Amino acid sequence: MTSLVTPLGSPLATPILSAEGVTVEFGGRRIVDDVSFNVAPGERLALVGPNGAGKSTLLRTLTGVLEPRSGLVRLRGVPIRTVDDRTVARAIAVVPELTQLPFAMPVHEVVALGRLPHDPPLSGLREEDREAVASAMDRVGVADLSDRDARGLSMGERQLVFVAIALAQTAPILVLDEPTAHLDIRHQVEVMQLLADLNEADGRAVVAVLHDLALAANFFPRVVVMNGGRIVADGPPEQTLDAGHIRSVFGVDPSLVRLPVMTA
Amino acid sequence: MTARSIPHEVRRTGFANRFRGRTTVIALVGIAILGVLMVVGVTVGSTQIGPFDTLAVILHRLTGLNLGRTWSDATDTIVWDLRLPRVLTAAVVGAALAIAGATFQGIVRNPLADPYVLGTSSGAALGAAIGILLPVSFAALQLGIVNILAFIGAIAAALLVFQVGGGGRAGGMTRLLLTGYAVGSILAAFLTMAMYVSGTNLRTIFTFLLGGLGGASWDRLLVAAPIILAACAAIAVRARSLDGLLLGDAAARHFGIDVRRERGILLVLASMATAAAVAITGLIGFVGLVVPHVVRLLVGAPARRVLPISAIAGAILLVSADLVARMLGDLPVGVVMAMLGAPFFLVLLYQARSGYEL
Repeated sequence: MTSLVTPLGSPLATPILSAEGVTVEFGGRRIVDDVSFNVAPGERLALVGPNGAGKSTLLRTLTGVLEPRSGLVRLRGVPIRTVDDRTVARAIAVVPELTQLPFAMPVHEVVALGRLPHDPPLSGLREEDREAVASAMDRVGVADLSDRDARGLSMGERQLVFVAIALAQTAPILVLDEPTAHLDIRHQVEVMQLLADLNEADGRAVVAVLHDLALAANFFPRVVVMNGGRIVADGPPEQTLDAGHIRSVFGVDPSLVRLPVMTA
Repeated sequence: MTARSIPHEVRRTGFANRFRGRTTVIALVGIAILGVLMVVGVTVGSTQIGPFDTLAVILHRLTGLNLGRTWSDATDTIVWDLRLPRVLTAAVVGAALAIAGATFQGIVRNPLADPYVLGTSSGAALGAAIGILLPVSFAALQLGIVNILAFIGAIAAALLVFQVGGGGRAGGMTRLLLTGYAVGSILAAFLTMAMYVSGTNLRTIFTFLLGGLGGASWDRLLVAAPIILAACAAIAVRARSLDGLLLGDAAARHFGIDVRRERGILLVLASMATAAAVAITGLIGFVGLVVPHVVRLLVGAPARRVLPISAIAGAILLVSADLVARMLGDLPVGVVMAMLGAPFFLVLLYQARSGYEL
């Protein structure tokens, strides 16, 4: 895995993913407004903000699914819309939204879907694909679920399996939208620790949209705060999740939400 | 939570794929069963012809090889002109409907989908009814006007549903299914009207609706089979797109699949195969809905395995249903299939209820 990535993110490294003045509109409504920011190789950042701030839309633009109205998204410096879909999929793994499968399917075959961007169209899984699937399940701790029907899993187990799908993609960038939404606190912390480990031990870049500010503050060295389609703060959580931003961005009395990084 | 200290070898064996290798065995066994059934299918009928004579006739016709001719001209005609095209048509149509069913179930992510979700059945039926009622009769490519209009009707219905239903746009699967239902209802109303005014032709229309292989001929088979085979092969090549859609549009997109394009292509191909099949045999239900499910019980859900095995299983099912139908005095094959196949499917569902829910 380590061979996948360039040295851990120093600010000087070429960004592996970047947005330059990205604006996204739906039906004349501006969802993302002139956003610029970089993700360095091996960096780990959380994207937070109130509902409707444009976090998920920005994420979908960064992964090449949405075309921005103006501005440019670059993957390793190359405009992402000029990169073909499978190459993008080998560089950016997005943890799929939790959905119910239409058919019974053992967990290992669900995880193997993550190999689709690597799979030659006609052959089955090759040895390297099996390795990637096994090691992804192992890494996430779902190896013992391998033969279970994915539809019979608990929410927590299913979330872990879906993270494993993205890991099996062996991409240097891992993207998650609300990975802890349906989880209890133990599973939330487990997922956060896993992301930290994937980032620190394997050097994958991790970009996660989070609603839980405490998780963002505890587990992410960089927190990007969005509001009204714009980035209003970007930096370590001590600076971006301070009392002022809690009040102005989320409209909440900061004394009601005591985050570990808040000193004031 | 993170990397566990399990030795590499143990991990690998723990990850034993219970379907690997098994698919090949199932395919070979299936092909063998199909081969035997087809020989039996040519052998059995109102005139008994031994399996050796059967094979000798086919060999003689195909290669000109003459292993001491022991059969009559009548036998030759029965084997080569009547029974062989009928059995081959059953196999090809069974395979087409099963593959189309598996494809539609995957595209709309709904286990209840069958080859007719885009209204192809109603379109074909209405086309056929019009062909039957028209006072003219002409033939092109050795096909009757009924076959041609059935094919056109099926394709036109599918295209209409595809266009009105949003062309398989993201998240539009429910809309597509409902559009298929609505268009099907309209066409069915016209069909009912056609049947109401059909007079003595009612029985002919009804025969088409029940589906049957009595009208099978080399000419029809040789027109329909290339369409079916080409469409099915093109679907099989796109197995990974079908797999990618299992987790929904967004996930498929992130696996590097051009969802709209792939879904459009797959819908068109599956509709082509379905239309060509119903044009020569009428409406045969059950195969397309049930075979993919039985196959998934055997080899799991990945399309790469489901599609080819479904083709073999669909062929087996229709060839054997036709065999039984002929032994019972030429009953409609769809009736026989539902009467014998549905209980079998129920038993399977009952036994597999712990691991398989529809």
